[in-house]
Amino acid sequence: MMNHFPAWKNVALAVSLMLALVYALPNIYGEDPSVQVSPLRGAVVNTLLLTDIKETLKNADIPLKASEQTEHLLLRFSNTEQQLKAADILRAKLAKNFVVALNLAPATPEWLRSFNASPMYLGLDLRGGVHFLLEVDMQAAEKQAIDRYATDIRQYLREEKLRYLGVVAEEGKVLIKFRKQVIHDAALEQLSRQFRSWEFKTDPSTPTKPTIIAAMSADERKDVRKYALQQNIITLKNRVNELGVAEPVIQQQGDNRIVVELPGVQDTARAKEILGATATLEYHMVDVEHSVSDAIAGRVPLGSKLYNNREGGQILLKKQVIVTGSEIVDASSGIESDSGSAMVSVSLDGPGGKKMSKTTRENIGQPMAVVFIENRTDTNLVDGKPVRVKTIVEEVINVATIRGHFSNRFQTTGLDNTAEARDLALLLRAGALAAPIDIVEERTVGPSLGQDNIDKGFNSVMIGFVLVLIFMAVYYKTFGLFADIALATNLIFIVAILSLLQATLTLPGIAGIVLTVGMAVDANVLIFERIKEELKNGNSPQASIHAGYEKAFSTIADANVTTLIAAIILFGFGTGPIKGFAITLSIGILTSMFTAIVGTRALVNASYGNRQLTTLKI
Amino acid sequence: MTDQTTIKIDFLSKRKIATIFSFILILVSLASLATQGLKKGIDFTGGTLVEMSFSAPADLSELRQVLTTAGFHGAVVQHFGSSQEVLIRLLPDGALNTAALSNKMQAAINAEYSQPGVLRRAEFVGPQVGEELTEDGGLALLYAMICILIYVTVRFEYRFALGSVAALAHDVIITLGFFSIFQFEFDLTVLAALLAVIGYSLNDTIVVFDRVRENFRKLRKGSPSEVVNISLNQTLSRTIMTSLTTLLVLFALFVFGGEIIHDFALALIVGVLIGTYSSIYVASPITLALGISKADLMVVTVDQEELDKIP
Repeated sequence: MMNHFPAWKNVALAVSLMLALVYALPNIYGEDPSVQVSPLRGAVVNTLLLTDIKETLKNADIPLKASEQTEHLLLRFSNTEQQLKAADILRAKLAKNFVVALNLAPATPEWLRSFNASPMYLGLDLRGGVHFLLEVDMQAAEKQAIDRYATDIRQYLREEKLRYLGVVAEEGKVLIKFRKQVIHDAALEQLSRQFRSWEFKTDPSTPTKPTIIAAMSADERKDVRKYALQQNIITLKNRVNELGVAEPVIQQQGDNRIVVELPGVQDTARAKEILGATATLEYHMVDVEHSVSDAIAGRVPLGSKLYNNREGGQILLKKQVIVTGSEIVDASSGIESDSGSAMVSVSLDGPGGKKMSKTTRENIGQPMAVVFIENRTDTNLVDGKPVRVKTIVEEVINVATIRGHFSNRFQTTGLDNTAEARDLALLLRAGALAAPIDIVEERTVGPSLGQDNIDKGFNSVMIGFVLVLIFMAVYYKTFGLFADIALATNLIFIVAILSLLQATLTLPGIAGIVLTVGMAVDANVLIFERIKEELKNGNSPQASIHAGYEKAFSTIADANVTTLIAAIILFGFGTGPIKGFAITLSIGILTSMFTAIVGTRALVNASYGNRQLTTLKI
Repeated sequence: MTDQTTIKIDFLSKRKIATIFSFILILVSLASLATQGLKKGIDFTGGTLVEMSFSAPADLSELRQVLTTAGFHGAVVQHFGSSQEVLIRLLPDGALNTAALSNKMQAAINAEYSQPGVLRRAEFVGPQVGEELTEDGGLALLYAMICILIYVTVRFEYRFALGSVAALAHDVIITLGFFSIFQFEFDLTVLAALLAVIGYSLNDTIVVFDRVRENFRKLRKGSPSEVVNISLNQTLSRTIMTSLTTLLVLFALFVFGGEIIHDFALALIVGVLIGTYSSIYVASPITLALGISKADLMVVTVDQEELDKIP
């Protein structure tokens, strides 16, 4: 039998088309303006909160369209006005423990969601938002580390009574000068044992003044860089929470860069200010003589101040600062060897150590608190004029009891788990010695442009599509219609796969789809031209169809593979939007091969297969 | 059954004229690239770009005045798409070179200019990022060429590979030349378009080569140049059809896709036109000139027949 598909092939085609339809379908439902409530540390989202919110919204006369509860709460509204009003009310009510963010939630119906189907993920150029590329100043991070070690070495030598002439931090190394060779030898041996992550060796160029050169080992340098990056990511995460962004992306890129993507953020000036804030921290004694409830009621004792803690409560601290972040030289998390519980070890510089020593001697058994402080400059519009306001956000991140007298090295123990210890250490370091970061790339798309881009992209896909449909139908008649059906199916497949992969659709991505629409018919053109040729050579219609598909196949494969090569290289080298183009182009090439070869063949077989033909409309 | 009957146009008789034509285009392109270069977008130069829209047509000279007074010297101000939309571009300038610049620019305009504007787009690219993007872009082009060279050598023969890569270089140089001569902006999306052109032009070339290979095996008589000419004729209607459908959608993109995608569509249109020409007049003649003959293609026959069996 010529030109006949076995039943299973037709069924498989129909099933794959059905699947594609299901996964492409969510894209036609649009989006609901909604408010997303996500818990900050400690807080939880539960039915109680939902009932409470529902009550509040009811009192404010804002109708809630629907709500969903997952790890965060999603409240859907019928229009943007209600959404904005609700967000304002909820922000005032919940700001302390929750992030209240505006969001556009896909209005995918329940039955589709049960298939895990969701619409395509739109890139920032389509939905509006900010993309930042931040670079951590690694030289500064290394310099900080070297300074820190210079302080430590000085301290150690003093403690061990090894008299030195000078300890100088220089470009990438620390020089330790001695008067006597004997001390030099002893110091070299002891330092190597004490500071294992460093490499110590004698400077051969100064035989009269015995000198040790200390340098970071390669591993240590890697660690310093890794820490600087992680620490910045943690602080950025904390700050982005304040911005109230529904789906922020904070990601490491390469070994010294961080990508921050904030969809839907309109006030980019504020975003930049918050991201660029500087942080510090302070150690305070807890005021245990006075009651917190009295202070909350307004009777704050002289010399004390109320602070918020991370759990949402308040705590009364003495105003006097014991040490500040600038006196912290290092903080790292670890496991306590005796109890096996998580801990953070902190080291202070000389002056800080002295102050800490004095305080702890007098206050054994008393609780001490760490306050994290973020300084930032906001620009607010007052009467239409920008006014710069300095904002300070203070928060108690840890309270611990002083168990004994200590000076510049101590441990905070009794932390719940290692994750908490790691976070505390990172925050301590962030408040102490955050390596500076710079914005090296910014791409902001305003919301109006985003919508414009979607409209224009959609229009050009549709117009291009219709033009090609007409062209093919006119030129190839019945076979042209087959190609048109294949092309429409191809579009559905592309949308379905993009939705399924949740790949980011960008404006260049749409351009990629448009281009695929133009190029997808190429396979059909190749096949149809081949069929025409076979007919011209005097072959029967059935044989011509068969030969046309057969002979065109390897040409189509070769031609598409080479285009795929270009698309893959584009993906490998491209950034952001360009990647989007490469993705849609690649998907389009693959799906077009399927629809143009297998899809049209099924249609041709169904129409012409197993029949006596004298002519073909092609 | 003789395929010779399908000959309509003797392409190769005009190959001297085509060679001269190509050489002139390449020379002009290279000359323009060497003298005035490309008008690189901020993706490659680094700098700041702000697009704002106003409710009434914006007066560019007043805007320039406002920006100069606010200390933004050398800002390029132009309409973008319509007279209500304005694009402001600032090249990196020492200490001024930070992401905060776009905010300051907006603030200055909203404070001093006669009508308030809405931010449509702000971009800042640090000089080091610009350098990296330039480097990555060049590497991407280079790697694409090398990979294609390898693929075509494996699937066909090295002379075909050289012919197709020569055609690609021809297309890339002339498209770049076009952007240089007319000083259209060359940004990341145009680079992406250039890579897509490589893919497209190659697509065309491969289709012709495929037919050349087939005919070398099938046709008993005829010189190599006759076989190539027959193949070109046989694939001609396909070449034209596909170019037409692609150009159709590209014009749709060019007209309706909006200002941002404009240069991208333009690069592709130029590239597709040049690519179509080069697959006929550059790739095949070079392969012929390198001395391809029937004997060179007989070796891979087995491989080819195996592949043809796959439906």
